Amino acid sequence: MTALIFTSIVFALSAVAGFLGSLTGLGGGVVIVPALALALGVDIKYAIGASLVSVIATSSGAAAAYVREGFSNIRIGMLLEIATTLGAIAGAVLAAHVTTHVIAIVFGLVLVQAAYQSLFKAEPESTAIVESDVLGARLRLGSDYPVDGRRQRYGVRNVPTGFALMLGAGALSGLLGIGSGALKVIAMDRAMKIPFKVSTTTSNFMIGVTAAASAGVYLSRGYIDPRITMPVMLGVLAGAFLGTKVLVHARVRTLRIVFGVVVLALAIEMIVNGFAGRI
Amino acid sequence: MDDRRLELIIGNLLRAGVLLAAAVVLFGGVLYLASHHADRVSYRHFSAGGDAIQSVGGVLQSAAHLDSEGLIQLGLLLLIATPVARVALAVVGFALEKDRLYAVVSLIVLLILAFSLWRAI
Repeated sequence: MTALIFTSIVFALSAVAGFLGSLTGLGGGVVIVPALALALGVDIKYAIGASLVSVIATSSGAAAAYVREGFSNIRIGMLLEIATTLGAIAGAVLAAHVTTHVIAIVFGLVLVQAAYQSLFKAEPESTAIVESDVLGARLRLGSDYPVDGRRQRYGVRNVPTGFALMLGAGALSGLLGIGSGALKVIAMDRAMKIPFKVSTTTSNFMIGVTAAASAGVYLSRGYIDPRITMPVMLGVLAGAFLGTKVLVHARVRTLRIVFGVVVLALAIEMIVNGFAGRI
Repeated sequence: MDDRRLELIIGNLLRAGVLLAAAVVLFGGVLYLASHHADRVSYRHFSAGGDAIQSVGGVLQSAAHLDSEGLIQLGLLLLIATPVARVALAVVGFALEKDRLYAVVSLIVLLILAFSLWRAI
């Protein structure tokens, strides 16, 4: 394959991934790695390097929009980033010491979860718990967010559990080169009882910082190859930008089903190839 | 200066950083394709690319020589720097708000990021 053809195919695949990721709110990173590894036979270490960089691009690029909506909570984000960045470094170091088969299989399992979420989960109603527990109050994590034009107060609980889950989310991010937004949302929404909207936007805000922590490790190990990462980053950005423009008109339900089926197929391929030792 | 205003400023800076990084990557990418479009490529087997793309110093050096891969990598370094800048700005912002607890929390995150990027320097 010539460099021009490779670059064009990767750009197109990444643009579709960024577009679908932005429309469904699931992020594009999760399909980049299997697309590169399965369709183009790219070594998984290059694939996770390129994917990680694209994750930073979409997270940082969307940050201003999320703040404007008034949902994200910078104190919660910053506190939990201590956990995600430490986890991310550990995960990135681990990526160099496990075989690519293991990475492929773990990746497949994460994809199964993403497919399930895309196919079956509706966005839960945000119900705010008003009172923080002792630690949440001492850390001043509670805040308010807009509901029907008014500001609804919310409290934060179970900080240690959330912190521990964030170590895991960071480690997965560093091991697989993904944003692991789903796990971040679970830590905040389920464990810490933070309203769903606040959890998703704060998670998006944290993803870039988490990814930057493993990027240093990836860079020094040579996982970030400019010839592969260039079309991935530009493609994902272009696709995500387009996604924000058509959001209002798109039939998101149908798209989620299409996305879910694609992700499930990729999951099976990754797991089968991982066990067969072909990745 | 309240949280929201601070965050909006940071958010806009981040977006500017991403756009700048994308422009540099695009420039490097055009140069790369102009001279290498007919190269046969295969990335089936991982092999580390060498100092020119693996260390900050090496990247700066090859970008300064207008090497296409060095330029792309410079753009990617700028992109990686945007969340780091965001945390650094949060340290300053919380300090200005006289919120000592979260100035320290942000500083810890910044130190972890510095530690991670340290080996690449």
